[in-house]
Amino acid sequence: MPPAGTPATTEATIEAGRIRRNWLLAAPALALLLIGASGPLLIVLVYSFLEPGDYSGVIWKFTPRAWFEIFLKRDIFDGTLGVADAHLTIFWRSVRLSLLTTLITILLGFPTAWFIATRPRSQRALWLFLITIPFWTNLLIRTFAIMEVIRNQGVMNTVLLQAGLIAEPIQILYTDTAVLIGMTYVYLPLMVLPLYAAIDRFDFRLAEAGYDLYASRLQVLRRVILPLVRPGLIAGSILVFVPSLGAYVTPRVLGGGKNMMIGNFIELQFGQGRNWPLGAALSMLLLLIVMAALLVYVRVSGRENPHG
Amino acid sequence: MVPPSLQPAAGPSETPRIAVEARNASKAFGQGDALTRALDDVSVAIRKGEFFTLLGPSGCGKTTLLRLIAGFDTPTGGSILLNGRDITADPPNRRPVNTVFQSYALFPHLTVLQNIRFGLDMLGRKRAEADARAAEMLALVRLEGFASRRTAQLSGGQQQRVALARALAPEPEVLLLDEPLSALDLKLRKEMQRELKRLQRETGITFVFVTHDQEEALTMSDRIGVMQGGRILQIGPPREIYNQPANRFVADFIGETNFLDGEVGAIAGDTATIELAAGSVTVRSAGLDRGQKVTLAIRPEQVRIGEAEGLPAVVTGNVYFGTDTHCHLELSGGAGVVARLQSAADDATPLGEGTAVRVSFTPGSVQVLAD
Ligand SMILES: Nc1ncnc2c1ncn2[C@@H]1O[C@H](COP(=O)(O)OP(=O)(O)O)[C@@H](O)[C@H]1O
Ligand SMILES: [Mg+2]
Repeated sequence: MPPAGTPATTEATIEAGRIRRNWLLAAPALALLLIGASGPLLIVLVYSFLEPGDYSGVIWKFTPRAWFEIFLKRDIFDGTLGVADAHLTIFWRSVRLSLLTTLITILLGFPTAWFIATRPRSQRALWLFLITIPFWTNLLIRTFAIMEVIRNQGVMNTVLLQAGLIAEPIQILYTDTAVLIGMTYVYLPLMVLPLYAAIDRFDFRLAEAGYDLYASRLQVLRRVILPLVRPGLIAGSILVFVPSLGAYVTPRVLGGGKNMMIGNFIELQFGQGRNWPLGAALSMLLLLIVMAALLVYVRVSGRENPHG
Repeated sequence: MVPPSLQPAAGPSETPRIAVEARNASKAFGQGDALTRALDDVSVAIRKGEFFTLLGPSGCGKTTLLRLIAGFDTPTGGSILLNGRDITADPPNRRPVNTVFQSYALFPHLTVLQNIRFGLDMLGRKRAEADARAAEMLALVRLEGFASRRTAQLSGGQQQRVALARALAPEPEVLLLDEPLSALDLKLRKEMQRELKRLQRETGITFVFVTHDQEEALTMSDRIGVMQGGRILQIGPPREIYNQPANRFVADFIGETNFLDGEVGAIAGDTATIELAAGSVTVRSAGLDRGQKVTLAIRPEQVRIGEAEGLPAVVTGNVYFGTDTHCHLELSGGAGVVARLQSAADDATPLGEGTAVRVSFTPGSVQVLAD
């Protein structure tokens, strides 16, 4: 039946054309993704399997040495292999500080998000606006502001000294505590916003139902509220943990030169360390840790909503 | 146990025991110009084991009263008593009172069984005991096969049953139900009405049921409290509320009513004559003074249409309802009256428009409301 076949063919042609056009429209974005994200990543991956150059750069010779160097070191006197404990200290500090930052931002962020979500609708925009104000200034400037507060001659110590509460300044600057305070301050909004979104969706009648069914306030929090705002809690944790782990500016300014985190250590390899392959391998490792964290997130949130 | 409706009425020999009581309870929201008196000096005593209904239009304060009893809100005045003990300051988790929420408020992260067990777990019941009780509740609401379902996978009626089972599981002294059937379609609603009555009889638990549906209140309740504007206007059994409404609001809100304005004329012994525009009607004289302005309230089924005696009227139209026909009449003087004629009993052929008739009322059925 030619009359019936012709329109069908035309339709198929039109459909094919539409698909082609859609691909064309998506092409710039895809190209950007490919060149902008995958390209550099590939370069870093390749570099991690090369030998370091004498002063900088790489020598194009395949070796997995950089990857071993992350965990192992060769003794400079007898040449035996040992664990690279300096590296492990840095990893451990990074993970520990990032986890602590996440925990503290949860403890501070949850009540904050709860407070905002329980304001009348008309007031919430204002509170959310206030939360985002720190984003208006540069990260470096905010970090120096924290430094100004906690350094020995800074605001905090001066006030405490004048009040006679302490005899001499408390040394916080250039300690892990300083880094922790700085990261908590910087990343707190990233915890508050997803938590707010989750609490905003929470049906407060469920809390009443729990309270009505003999749950204490704490049990309502644990058995009803937390399970239901968990997606927001996990999203916030990822948003805080991931950048904390790769933090560079904050540990650099507040931790001084000594209390390095992975980010600073990577930078060191590309700078004074003159070991680009090690820097590249460390970057890839950081990426793997972040991906593992995201996978956990996907798994956990997938289990939360079997029907969603 | 004896169904509450069969228990002897309150008499001098036996005062019914009170389960829950509001004494001069008030609740105001906001302040200054924005002040809302959601509840205004409400006193009501609900008896043990009774099916008590709070009936009133939307916004009259029904939910507010339930929330005071449940403990979600504290009254701005007055007190709440449970078994004679003042519980006004107790938080909801210390009150042996459970609520079936209008929206059901089932926990979406828990299964049907976990929802039902929630209260038992919180009370620290032993695992085996809680399991047995939860299974019993599932059977009671006929959801045996649904224990491990998520609540989102249930229909509205099934969610309703889970909410009921969850609230009944901890064996509360009082069960509060806030318009639990309003979200269901008509057929399911009728079914759940019977189901609720059965559950109440089987458990013997005091039910405080909220509805804005007067028919639902009349068919289900042992007693009804009619509310309006934050106050309780009348408390009584359905028949009393229907036949002897305390005021015009109650008469109008419950069932259909003809209102006729008049004035008290001659009083002779225990009868009084009420002068209407169309003529006069004889009623009992108790509490009436000569010359007083009154309103007569007459149910449509108490209106009789005849030819010989009564108030002169003209038929203005007929509306057929299947089981009965509403005959609209205009009394001389202009007042409108509706008569309900049963299809089976009364003359099958309706009276034509413009037919001149005489209207009378069943003796004793006329309620006199003071203006
Ligand atoms: N939390 C509240 N804040 C302010 N006004 C309220 C609040 N809750 C109820 N009201 C007001 O109190 C009155 C009674 O409400 P409610 O008890 O919910 O009525 P019902 O349940 O009979 O429909 C209404 O006018 C309502 O607007
Ligand atoms: Mg209500």
